[in-house]
Amino acid sequence: MRYAETGYNLEIDLTRGNIERVETDPELMALFLGGLGTSVKIHYDRVPPETKAFDPENLIVISTGLLCGTPAYSANRTIVSFISPQTGLLAYPMMGGFWSSELKYAGYDKVIINGKSPELVYIWIHNEKVEIRDATHLQGKGAIETQELIRKELNDPDVQVLAIGLAGENRCFTASIEQSRSSSSRGGGGAVLGDKKIKAVAVRGTRAVHLAHGAEFMEHMKEITKYIKFRNENPIPEVMPILSGIGSPQMMKHVDEQWHTESFAWGNARIRRKGFWTKEIEKEWTKSQTGAIKRFISCFNCPQQCGALISHEDVPNYMMKCFSKLTYTMAAFVDDLDFTWRICKRAFEYGLDSFSTPQILAFGVELHEAGILTDEDFAGCPSDKEGRFFWLLDRVAHREGIGDILADGTYWAARRIGNGAEKYDHNTTKKHEQMNIKLGMMDPLYFLMYATNEKISITQMEGNWPQAPFPKKETRESFVKDWPQLPDEKFKKYFIDWEPRGENSNPNYPTPQIASEIVDWMEMLHNIDDALGICAGMGSFCLKPPYHIHNYPKLISAATGMDMDKERLRKTVRRSRNLHRAFNNLRGMGRPDERPPQDHWKHRFPELEDDLLTYYYTFKGWNHDGVPTRKTLEELNLADVAEDLETRGILKDGQN
Amino acid sequence: MAKIKKKIKTIKIDADKCNGCRTCEVVCAAFHSQPKYSSINPAASRIHVITRRLDDIWLPVFAGEYSPAECMGRDKYVIDGKEYDECSFCRATCPSRDMFKDPDSGLPLKCDMCEGEESPLCVQWCLNDVLIYEEREEEVEEMVQIEEMDAGLASLIDRYGLEKIGTALARMSYKA
Ligand code: SF4
Ligand code: SF4
Ligand code: SF4
Repeated sequence: MRYAETGYNLEIDLTRGNIERVETDPELMALFLGGLGTSVKIHYDRVPPETKAFDPENLIVISTGLLCGTPAYSANRTIVSFISPQTGLLAYPMMGGFWSSELKYAGYDKVIINGKSPELVYIWIHNEKVEIRDATHLQGKGAIETQELIRKELNDPDVQVLAIGLAGENRCFTASIEQSRSSSSRGGGGAVLGDKKIKAVAVRGTRAVHLAHGAEFMEHMKEITKYIKFRNENPIPEVMPILSGIGSPQMMKHVDEQWHTESFAWGNARIRRKGFWTKEIEKEWTKSQTGAIKRFISCFNCPQQCGALISHEDVPNYMMKCFSKLTYTMAAFVDDLDFTWRICKRAFEYGLDSFSTPQILAFGVELHEAGILTDEDFAGCPSDKEGRFFWLLDRVAHREGIGDILADGTYWAARRIGNGAEKYDHNTTKKHEQMNIKLGMMDPLYFLMYATNEKISITQMEGNWPQAPFPKKETRESFVKDWPQLPDEKFKKYFIDWEPRGENSNPNYPTPQIASEIVDWMEMLHNIDDALGICAGMGSFCLKPPYHIHNYPKLISAATGMDMDKERLRKTVRRSRNLHRAFNNLRGMGRPDERPPQDHWKHRFPELEDDLLTYYYTFKGWNHDGVPTRKTLEELNLADVAEDLETRGILKDGQN
Repeated sequence: MAKIKKKIKTIKIDADKCNGCRTCEVVCAAFHSQPKYSSINPAASRIHVITRRLDDIWLPVFAGEYSPAECMGRDKYVIDGKEYDECSFCRATCPSRDMFKDPDSGLPLKCDMCEGEESPLCVQWCLNDVLIYEEREEEVEEMVQIEEMDAGLASLIDRYGLEKIGTALARMSYKA
C-alpha cells in the first residue's frame, strides 16, 4: 500500500499515441517527497541539456503534490514543469483550483507527456480509463469555454479540466494553462502544451487516497484549523490589511488598493501612480468591485476565499484571480476598474499570464511612443487607452503583425525588433518579466531572491519575512512576540535590529550572513510547499502562516508513515533544489544571469552586491559560478550529478 | 403506535455562503473510511456539493434514503434566475444517477449525521459557516428506522433478486 501518493504516474507519448500507467519507485518519495521534488528528478533524468522548449523531447509534467487529496487544507496545487520557451530553463508554474486532487483520486501522482501529436487533442482520464481524444472542434476556443465544452461533451459536471486558449495554441511565450478559478501562468506552459497540440487534460477520479496514520493526521489538522480560525478572526495588527491575513492576497475582499496602485511601477514597469488612490477612485472602485463580484470562492479543500465569480454587465461569468485585478488596468493607465472585468475575461479566454502580458503590451506602447515601432505597426489600433490594450492583446494572442513579435515576451521581442528596443527591456531577469516594482535602496534579501531563485519570479519565493522593516521598535517587538513559525529564535533579534534608516538598514543590514539565513529559510518553505502541493498562501507566501517548518514534519510523517523530522525535511528539499539548479546550470545558467533588473533600485552597490552573492553561494554550497559543488551534491546523494557537471565542464577542477 | 421522544438533528445549509471547497466531502469520506481516517475518496462521501461554477451554483446535498426506483417524473428548479439540474435537491440514492453510491461496491450511502461524534464532521470542518448544526427534541410516533445495512441489502435484492442474494448468503455463511 502506498500512502499520500498513489504510487502511479501516467506516461503519455503523443508521437506514438501510447499511454501507460507506470508504478513509481517508493524510494523517490523518501528522497524527493513529491510534486516539484519528484518532477525535477524526472526532468533531470530524461531531458538532455540540448533539448529546447519546442522539441518533442521536452517533457511537460503535470503533477500533484504529496498531500493533494488528503484532508490537509489548501493542498490543491497542480505543479506544471517544462523547459520554458522564454527562459530556456526548467519552469514550474503552479495553480490552485480542483485539478490535482481529482488526478490523485483517479489514481495518479503525475501526468508525464512527451512527444507531439499531429492533430489537436485532449486527454481524458477517468480512473483506469485514459484516452487521447480529438480536439479539432475545440481549436481557437477560449480556455474557460473549453473547460465547459469538455464537461458537456463528457456529460459529467464534476470533471476537472485544465485547458489552453488561442495563445497556447499559437505558442505565445507567456501562454498560461487555465483551470477553474486558477491558472498555471508563468514561463509559457500553455505554449508547450500548444506545441504538443494538447488543448486540454480532463480528469475525473473516484478512487481513494490513503493515509498511513489517518487519526494522527487529523489531530495535527485540528491544531492547524485552530490557528486558521484564530488568524481569520485576528488579523496581524502590525501590518496593513492586505498583508494581515492568510491565503493569497485578499484582493477580492479588500477594495483598498492604495498600496498596490501607488507603490508599484506601472506601464512597462515604469511609473508609480502616486496620488492615484483618491477618495473618488475609492468610491468608484468600491462600486465596481462589489457590483462585479457575485461570490467569493476558494480552491479545493481551502477555507480561504481568494477568488471570485465575476458577473459584469454583458461579460459572460468567469472567475477572477487575485492580482489580475490590477495588472492590465494599471499597466494600461486606465482608471476605471470596470476595464478589469472586461479585459481579464478576454485575456483568460486567450490563456495569457496576467503578470507578464500587461508589461509586454505596455512595452509595445512604449516602443511606439519612442518611434521604434511605427504607425504602420500600429495601423488600425484605437487611440484610447482601453481600446489600445484590447487591440494589442488580440494581436498577441493571434500572433498577428506586431503581436507576433510581442508574443515572444519582452526580452525576445526586444531582440527581434532591434533598433534600440533592447534598452526598453529593463525589467527582465533570465529573460522573464519581473515584478513591476522600482525602489530606492538596494535590499539584500530581495537582491538574493531576484537574482538566484529557480522560480525566477519573485512573487513566489518571498513571503514569511516582512517586506520592509517596521519604523517603530515597539511594533517590531510586538510583532516578534507571537511568531512560532520562525525556524530559530535568533531571527527575532534580526527583525528587531532591522531599521528603516541608519546603520542597521539596507543595504548593509541584513548582513550577507543574516540575509542568506533568511532567504534560505523562505526558499526552503516554498520548496516544501511545492513538493507537498500546498498553496503558498497558507505556507510560504504570507506572514505567520498556518503551515511551517515545525508542523510540516508531523503532517508528512502521519500521512506517509515516513519518519520525518525538521532536519530530514530540510535536507530533502535541499536535494531537489540543488538538482533543479544543476539542471539549469547544465543549460547554461550561471552567475552572469543572476542579476535583478538594473533599475530595480536607484541606489546600487556593485561591490557589496558581488560579495553578497558570493557569500550566499558559499552558504548554499555552490561555487563562485553558482554551481553546486561536488561536496554539496555528495552530501545529498547526488554524486552522479557532480559527475555530469564535471563531464560537461560546468564544475571545473579546483572549484569544489 | 406509541409516542416517543425523538432527537431531531438538522443541518441548516446556507448555500449562499458556500465557496465550493469540498472540504465537507473530504472529511466525510475520511471519517467513514475503515479504519476511520485511513483513506479519502470524496466520491464515497455522504455529502456532495453540486457545482456549476459559472452558473453561480454551489449546492451541498446530503445523502438520504435508498430508493429502488426513480420517481415517475423529474423536477427542475429555477431560483433567482439560476436553473438547477434535474433532481438537484433530492437526497435519494436512486437508479437514475451515480450520486451517493459507493464507487467500488455501488451500494447506497447515507448520511448518518456522524453518529458517535459530538457534531457532524462536515459541520465542524466547514469553516465558512455554511453548515450549521441544530438539535431539538420532538414527540413523534414510533417508527421503524431503516438501518444502513438494511438499505444496502435492499438495494442488492433489487439488483439481483432475493433468491440469488439468499443463495449467496447461504454460501458465504457456509464458508465462514
Ligand atoms: S488560500 Fe486562496 S489561493 Fe490558496 S488554496 Fe486557498 S483559496 Fe486557493
Ligand atoms: S465545506 Fe462548506 S464551503 Fe466548503 S463546499 Fe462544503 S459546504 Fe461549501
Ligand atoms: S453529517 Fe457526517 S455523515 Fe452526514 S454528510 Fe456530514 S460528515 Fe457525512
